[in-house]
Amino acid sequence: MNRTEIETIAHLARLALDEAEIPAYQENLSRILAFVGELERAETAAVAPMAHPLAGLTQRLRADAVTERDNRERYQENAPQVQAGLYLVPKVIE
Amino acid sequence: MELHTRTLTELARGLAAREFSAVELARALLERIERAQRPLNALISVTADGALAQAAAADREIAAGHAGPLTGIPLVHKDIFCTEGVRTTCGSRMLENFIAPYDATVVAKLKRAGMVMLGKANMDEFAMGSSNETSFFGPVRNPWNTRLVPGGSSGGSAAAVAARLTPAATATDTGGSIRQPAALCGVTGIKPTYGRVSRYGMIAFASSLDQGGILTTSAEDAALVLGTMAGFDPRDSTSVERPVPDYRAELGASIAGLRIGLLKEFFEEGLEPESGQRVRDALTAFERLGAKLKEVSLPSIALSVPAYYVVAPAECSSNLARYDGVRFGYRCQDPRDLADLYRRTRGEGFGAEVKRRIMTGTYVLSAGYYDAYYLKAQKVRQLIASDFERAFGEVDVIMGPTTPTPAFELGAKTADPITMYLNDIYTIGANLAGLPAMSIPCGFAGELPVGLQLIGPHFAEARLLNAAHAYQRETDWHRRIPPGYA
Repeated sequence: MNRTEIETIAHLARLALDEAEIPAYQENLSRILAFVGELERAETAAVAPMAHPLAGLTQRLRADAVTERDNRERYQENAPQVQAGLYLVPKVIE
Repeated sequence: MELHTRTLTELARGLAAREFSAVELARALLERIERAQRPLNALISVTADGALAQAAAADREIAAGHAGPLTGIPLVHKDIFCTEGVRTTCGSRMLENFIAPYDATVVAKLKRAGMVMLGKANMDEFAMGSSNETSFFGPVRNPWNTRLVPGGSSGGSAAAVAARLTPAATATDTGGSIRQPAALCGVTGIKPTYGRVSRYGMIAFASSLDQGGILTTSAEDAALVLGTMAGFDPRDSTSVERPVPDYRAELGASIAGLRIGLLKEFFEEGLEPESGQRVRDALTAFERLGAKLKEVSLPSIALSVPAYYVVAPAECSSNLARYDGVRFGYRCQDPRDLADLYRRTRGEGFGAEVKRRIMTGTYVLSAGYYDAYYLKAQKVRQLIASDFERAFGEVDVIMGPTTPTPAFELGAKTADPITMYLNDIYTIGANLAGLPAMSIPCGFAGELPVGLQLIGPHFAEARLLNAAHAYQRETDWHRRIPPGYA
């Protein structure tokens, strides 16, 4: 993996990396991708992909009904910055 | 007999007989936790006041004759489980000051059963690690030798149980995070079938693999706590609607005729010889108990680690997208704009291993690579699951080593991620296939504990616990306590 590829992935993942960290990520990610590249050896033409470990079970749906109480104030106690019940972020629209 | 050397079951008997009170028990263990904190760093938070209040309430229940089997029994929760009003960090700077606004279902169930929370256990950051060295709160050390790692990611939970700071600790297992530290610290750990224990309030790493379980000093204790933790939860959409058996009721059954599969691939190169010998000794002990041994093979198992390191990072990159510095958790100083807020919050809030996995996951899911990596890994996952299914047509339980080596030195494997990932070579298969699996102590390599792994078909927790208990009635490896903590 070259520097540009690392920078592209970091951008997609919204991760700021220090310049100094980039060579280590280049090396580690290259090693990891080479390692998982072993998967190519497997003959899988006739195999269905497995998304869920319990065969036959699918994601359960629930009724479209309100079941939770309004805990906004409580949840906002953990927020870095709130004002008048709103989460504050840097200005997006000038 | 001192309180800390007793198993959970023995403590429950003592409480019921009013030999000591829940408050006395909690105090005794809180003192041990305080003394062990500097050498082991097993806990991130100690909740002494809450523990004493819960213990006093338990004593009132016992006095009133309303006690259940777990009333007044202390425990530690892995810091991945949300605990209402108590800091829940997941071992990360990102959640350093996060106070959970609700209890995880596991926490709520054990609280209702009268258990007393002593604190929150240290762990690898977001459960990503096999040595507990990725924690923002510093590494945990192995009570058998503090130069060595306790394993991970549930390293704090395993070290706390091994050092007899608590009779039980909750834990989670995505690729071996219950079984591997159980083996390295010489304790008993069970990862149930995927969907058996609710994931509600358990901070997500890789949702198709994550499963909660328990670490204790014996299979009998694990049976008791697991029976209380497990069960359907409408708040977890992958929770299975299926009754929970009384795991203790089946413990006493004979294992004569039990068909044990020796997993051929797990005894090949890479297994440290002395550990391999201890595992073979344990299999001989099972034969003496009437079990029948038979070699089985899982031809695709060698691909389990590569498949895992596609599936788990992919799911982690998606799950950890929520940490954006807006609604909760760490936020960087003076962001220039929203993009800068996201990038620096995540760059500063996550540690190196978490970032490595988010980036791996982002890469394998990105346009043009999905089929080559993620889809391919899901197909290989199916091959491995089918291997297990075939093997369970011939045997009742599969056994082998939990780890290739006993505990290793701090720093020994941090330079190369692949070396660290290969610690989980024997444990990852059960996660990919969603199978229940345990690790129990089966002797020592030098002065370090060795773990025997038991893997069963879906929902065969009772069978695993029964086999483990039969072995523990004939041996005392599970009662060995690290020198200095006896």
